[in-house]
Amino acid sequence: MSQQAKKDTPEQAEFRAYCRDWLSQHDEGTPSVRLPQSAIEIMHSEQLSFLRKWQSEAYEAGLIGCDYPIAEGGGGRKDCQMVANQEMARAGKPFLPNILGLGMAAPTMHFHAQAALKERLLPGLFSCKDVWCQGFSEPGAGSDLANVQTFAERKGDKWIINGHKVWTSLAHFADWMILLLRTDKSSKYDGLSYFVVPIKSALGKGVTVRPLIKITGETGFNEVFFDNLEIGDDYRLDEIGKGWQVAQTTLLHERGAGPMLTPSSGRGSAKSSAIGDAYALINLAKNATRDGESAADDPLLRDQIMQMIIRQEGSKQGARRAKVEGLCEHPMRIPLQAKLVMSEIRQDTSALAIDILGAQSTLYINDENAPAGGEWPLAYMNSYGITIAAGASEIQRNILGERILGMAKSK
Amino acid sequence: MTQAKNFAFGEDEKLLRDTARKFLQDNLPTDKLHQLVASDPDPYRESLSLWDKNLWQQIVELGWTTVIVPEADGGMGMSLVALCALVEETGRVSLPSPFIATSCASLVLRECHSPAAGHWLGEIAGGSTATLACTPKNGSWLAADCDVELVDGKLSGSAWFVQDARKVDNLIVQAKTSKGTALYKVSTHCEGLNIVADAIIDLTRDQAHIHFNNVPVGDAQRLSDDARAVLERAEPGLLTLVAADMCGAGEWQLQTTVEYMKVREQFGHPLGYFQALKHPLVNLMIMIDQAKSLTYNAASAIDSEPQNAAKFARMAKASASEMAAFASNRSIQFHGGIGFTWECFVHLYCKRQKHNQVLYGDAKYQRAKLAEILMGPISA
Repeated sequence: MSQQAKKDTPEQAEFRAYCRDWLSQHDEGTPSVRLPQSAIEIMHSEQLSFLRKWQSEAYEAGLIGCDYPIAEGGGGRKDCQMVANQEMARAGKPFLPNILGLGMAAPTMHFHAQAALKERLLPGLFSCKDVWCQGFSEPGAGSDLANVQTFAERKGDKWIINGHKVWTSLAHFADWMILLLRTDKSSKYDGLSYFVVPIKSALGKGVTVRPLIKITGETGFNEVFFDNLEIGDDYRLDEIGKGWQVAQTTLLHERGAGPMLTPSSGRGSAKSSAIGDAYALINLAKNATRDGESAADDPLLRDQIMQMIIRQEGSKQGARRAKVEGLCEHPMRIPLQAKLVMSEIRQDTSALAIDILGAQSTLYINDENAPAGGEWPLAYMNSYGITIAAGASEIQRNILGERILGMAKSK
Repeated sequence: MTQAKNFAFGEDEKLLRDTARKFLQDNLPTDKLHQLVASDPDPYRESLSLWDKNLWQQIVELGWTTVIVPEADGGMGMSLVALCALVEETGRVSLPSPFIATSCASLVLRECHSPAAGHWLGEIAGGSTATLACTPKNGSWLAADCDVELVDGKLSGSAWFVQDARKVDNLIVQAKTSKGTALYKVSTHCEGLNIVADAIIDLTRDQAHIHFNNVPVGDAQRLSDDARAVLERAEPGLLTLVAADMCGAGEWQLQTTVEYMKVREQFGHPLGYFQALKHPLVNLMIMIDQAKSLTYNAASAIDSEPQNAAKFARMAKASASEMAAFASNRSIQFHGGIGFTWECFVHLYCKRQKHNQVLYGDAKYQRAKLAEILMGPISA
């Protein structure tokens, strides 16, 4: 019996047995193309269709949205998404493609949308029938997110939207978008409202999606232009002027600190399952050489590998400690660190992997001699996506210094 | 054995810790600590052992020294996690006391599994204190190459870097014998013992080297015939307790510096407004949280996953030592000129942390040992 299984409630234990049984019999097949490292790097429709089929089957089996109410298309269970996540990872299943829907749109709608909207949209989100994306950042609103200028003008029970969103992952496939926009130009924070918007059906009719190319050479994120897009008021979440508060729910979940656990599953490409894991640096060093000697015998590299492993283990044990109220100084102190710490550990781990690989680290994903398929240099470059997105590390440090430690607000 | 839920930190442990926190905050506010240990700044003064014996007596009565003594030996038989929580609190107030030394002695006695060790654990549960005298002059904390030898039933030689030697009743001495190394219990008041105080940086504890001049020891004092094995089994616990002290002290350093960031103004803003000061303090908070999580993980592993104890304890001590160095550095620097003065309290913690950082091996040492566990030894 696994360590987790020993601590299960009766409902979790029964559900875990069910998940294991289903997962052991389920075969998602073999992708015809290389899978990317995560959902936000999906470039091709072949990648998406393979992953979408897998998510749909997992949802049909009840492994996704487990803790959401049945009326919202969920499983109506309590604390079972964690069980499903553990079992999907344990079974080595592929990752879930509709990550922005599952991790951000779903919890935001759960807490802020009208019942009819949730009932209509959440089942298609969970099954990946509808791919979701997030329209937050703009050319003039990055770290200063509340400065968004994309404007919605009220016309009867309709809104007319004009503006420009950037860094929009998955917009090139997306059916729907969560959209933070301005409904009042006279007030910065209170002038924001929050909508869900069908974008695919409006392509060429008020919505234009233009791909952006990342430093990795991969696509996956985009610019989205709104040109007099007309939508109904029934797509609004919460009240007019409450967009900033609704966005906080989205951001809290995006940073892994929200009350609804994001459904998640295992691996990207088979080769990359260990990419980003500090413990994987040990075998990397054992298989690499320096001056003809094993890199695993280099005391400086050994020390740096141990530093990475200690940070990673510290972060893992921190997630464990965050659940023990008596051992925490402040209930949000560890949860609000999660995104910052995880992203920097991943970046530093990938950078160290490149050091260990030495000359071999110059070989990229299209080189047949590249160790681990060139995924380590790719992971290093991709890591900036995580340290910059969802509030750059510097913004995270402001948030922690102000909300947790109570220091004066920086501009 | 498997990982305990919630580090086995439950209601009993929380109650014990909360009581300790209040007791220490009421009885040893930092200004009182400063009066107690820092009244004479002269670095050439005689080396003193400054502590509040009355406060210690109350701590003994509260039962802190019985926490990890097994019930069979007259103690409370609680987990190392419980003790860790207490040590974190004593670190938070930088308590000068024989608490950590005695707790370390208890951890070693617990691993001896001999009638004599059981007896002396009972003595500790009854209020007696002890410290380890296991280190040679070269400073290899728990290594086999001790400088004390047993010849004809008598101990000769010297033990070095003995923690809080002038506060305790008994020593646990590592000595070379004809068969290897053994552990003996020796009273600090016995004939033939010369305790020489070290002049140390840390004002909140004392340290000494001890000369043994043909000190006779009997069977009732022989704790173990295999000091190597005992010390190796006890080492994760020692590392974890020192890490816990650093976590408590580190949190004091963080909170004290953060408070200063709120009241001190320059350029028309409180200092915390400036990201050059705010962000490093957030980094410190993250380091404290990592070290603290690893420390409770190590304590919990020692209690319930012995196969992982050494690995996790080395992670905890390494992480806490790095954190302590950074906490000391930033807490002095961010207090500015006043932080460089004797009257500001931050130097007390900086000095305690400096001592903690090296006690039983610094971060680099722990990482080298950890690498041996995780990667195997360096090829010859």
